[in-house]
Parts: sequence; C-alpha cells; structure tokens
Amino acid sequence: MERSEWPLWEIFIRSQHGLAHKHVGSLHAPDPEMAIKNARDVYTRRNEGVSIWAVRSADVTATAPGEKGPLFEPANSKIYRHPTFFPMPDEVKHI
Amino acid sequence: MYAQMVDTGANKLRALEDMGPEERAFQERVDADVKIEPKDWMPEAYRKTLIRQISQHAHSEIVGMLPEGNWITRAPSLKRKAILMAKVQDEAGHGLYLYAAAETLGVSRDQLVADLHAGKAKYSSIFNYPTLTWADIGAIGWLVDGAAIMNQIPLCRCSFGPYSRAMIRVCKEESFHQRQGFDIMMTLCRGSAEQKAMAQDALNRWWWPSLMMFGPPDADSVHSAQSAQWKIKILSNDELRQRFVDQTVPQADYLGITMPDPELKWNAERGHYDFGPIDWDELYNVVKGNGPCNRDRLQTRVKAWEEGAWVREAALAYAEKRAARAQKAA
Ligand SMILES: [Fe+2]
Ligand SMILES: [Fe+2]
Repeated sequence: MERSEWPLWEIFIRSQHGLAHKHVGSLHAPDPEMAIKNARDVYTRRNEGVSIWAVRSADVTATAPGEKGPLFEPANSKIYRHPTFFPMPDEVKHI
Repeated sequence: MYAQMVDTGANKLRALEDMGPEERAFQERVDADVKIEPKDWMPEAYRKTLIRQISQHAHSEIVGMLPEGNWITRAPSLKRKAILMAKVQDEAGHGLYLYAAAETLGVSRDQLVADLHAGKAKYSSIFNYPTLTWADIGAIGWLVDGAAIMNQIPLCRCSFGPYSRAMIRVCKEESFHQRQGFDIMMTLCRGSAEQKAMAQDALNRWWWPSLMMFGPPDADSVHSAQSAQWKIKILSNDELRQRFVDQTVPQADYLGITMPDPELKWNAERGHYDFGPIDWDELYNVVKGNGPCNRDRLQTRVKAWEEGAWVREAALAYAEKRAARAQKAA
C-alpha cells in the first residue's frame, strides 16, 4: 500500500436554473485544483452544472444523529410559523 | 448481479422480539422506509454486508471497463468510438460513486482496491468473458447493461442512503448504455448476412452469462432473506431474471436473431417466457476464478494500479510542498 491516500472532498454543484449549490457526492484529490478537475469529470458529464464547490470532507462540521431530538424537535410545536396556521376568510383576497 | 452471492454472515432471520432495543429501532426504521445514514446506529453485520456488496458493485464497474475498452481503438467509426469512450468513462464514474458510498461505512478506497487486487473481493462474473468481435460491444450494452438496469432500479429504493443515492445517479446514465448497445445490434442486423451472423454469434455467447449475472436460483441463495429484511436486496434473483428474459426476448425478435435456448417459449398461462436450465457449474467456476479472462482482468487492474503509483505520489508530494510554501509565506 502507498504512503497515504489522497484526501476526500465533498462536491457541490449549482445547476443552470438558479438553484443553490447542491451536494452531489465525494471524491479523492490531492489538492483543490485537482478536486475541481475531477469533479468536472465525475459529476458534470451531462451539463449537470455551471459551478462547482469542492470542500475538504475533514472541514465539514455535521450534526450527530443523537442530537436530532434536541435540535429539531422544538420546531414541531411551533406550528404558528406556517402560514396555514391562520385561517383566512374566503372574502379576503390576495393574502 | 454486479454483486453476486454477497455473504451476510447470517443464515437465519431474527424477529423483532429477539432483537435488542437498538437493532429493533433500526429494523423498524428500515421497515418504515426511512433511510439509514452513515452515522446512524446499524448492526455490524449490516455494515459489513453493505461494504461487501457496494465494493463488489464498484469493482464490477471498474473491471467492466476492460472488455469494452478492448474495442475503443478498433471501433468501426469515429462516432462509435466517441460513444464507446463516453460509455466506458461513465462506468469509471459509476465505480467512483460506489467507492465513495462504501467509504461512508468506514473503509478506505485503497483498502477496497487492495482487496480486489489480492483476489479477496469479487466482481461480477460477466466481465470474465472475452469480447471477440465488435458485435460483442453491442451485445454487452444491450444485455449486460440491460441486466444491470433491471437490478439497479429496485436498488434505488434500498435502505442505505448513500447507496440509494449512488444508484439513482447510476440509473440516470445506464439507459444510454443499453440503447447504444441495441443500436449497434440493430445496425449489424440490418447489414450484410455476415454482419447479422456476427450479431447472432455475440448473442449466442452472451445470453447465458447474462442470465447468470442475476446470481444462483432463489432456492440456493442462502443470504437473500437477510438482505431482503435489511432492504439491500429488493427483488429475488429469479424474479429479476424472469423480468429480464420477458423484456429481452421480444427485442431479439425485433432484431431477427434468436436466443441460444431451444426450450425458450412463451407460456400464456404464466404470462412469462419459459426458458431452459442454466449451467450453474459454469457460474460457480467463473466466480471461483476459472473463467476465460479472470487472470487477465486482475493482472490488468494490478498493472494499471502499480504503474499509476508514481503519479498519485507525485501529485500528493506537489500538493504538500505547495501547502508548506503557502504556510511559510503567511
Ligand atoms: Fe455502470
Ligand atoms: Fe453501464
């Protein structure tokens, strides 16, 4: 086996339609330039995008599965944050 | 299939009541079609089986480039050559998506590749057959990619998030592979008598190995039940094989060539085609390493890996040197 493996990168692609960059997968590359070049070959062979972000996987901070409850459950009870919480009379238009 | 006979390490299923709380919660999520993500708790056997299955699948994509790569320099026209290169490049991409999915389970790609090169990991038996004529490129796209699609579409719904996402990406690209193969077959079958004979000869040689891709009959598939419970195998080998036969026979009829199976005939009562017995000894023999091209395929892979080592090392050394220089300047 070799000295060491090329580091892992997470690849984000923005499509033509004005949407945000979206995570599409990961790949190995020795440096940022090669990460972009490889991402072009691996993830945009069919015009999937017009912009690429490459981020070292080691630099990603993520939530842990165990934090799901404390982090996301509080939003469940705050249904008034959705417009459908407020019924509008039929006569009232454009709201 | 691309992953044949994957060992799950379990020969009997456990009911929810027999599981510990964590495993039970896991199984309930799988049953409810909630995807399992890499950092979620999962049974060790599930993780190991998935590593085996996904890496076998990845190896198949990469080794699968070899029989077709054999014809890139000899494609009959520039157009066919460009198409074949694009197809083979897609397969490299498929391998990469899949290695990346396997890596989320805590193995390194280098380790997986080392296991392949050491003969410890398998890849699909189909890629151990030679591509003798240009018609084989047509037959592979039509039959082998066709069989792959049949297997991969249900896997888009599998329980493991990264595998399912990789399969969705792969499936989007596979249809081109199958169509370019059928297009080659169609061109040959509309050509001279000699060209049509080439197409028939390719079908004769690829038909049975294609059916074997789906793996042993259900009765002999000891690990299928566990894989089904974990939803990393959605349809059984025999079900997939039957669907493939049903879909492919009318296509051969259209081409005007025939499957090399005297027992093949439509069964109106079943609503399916009946087909003759498969020579399972042949499959087991190829899987054991005794197919026509097993040694050649592995040797080619190992050679490519070893001869590329200096490039990988140089690129890394260059990146490190530049990073060190940038740090010094800062
Ligand atoms: Fe593929
Ligand atoms: Fe393919």
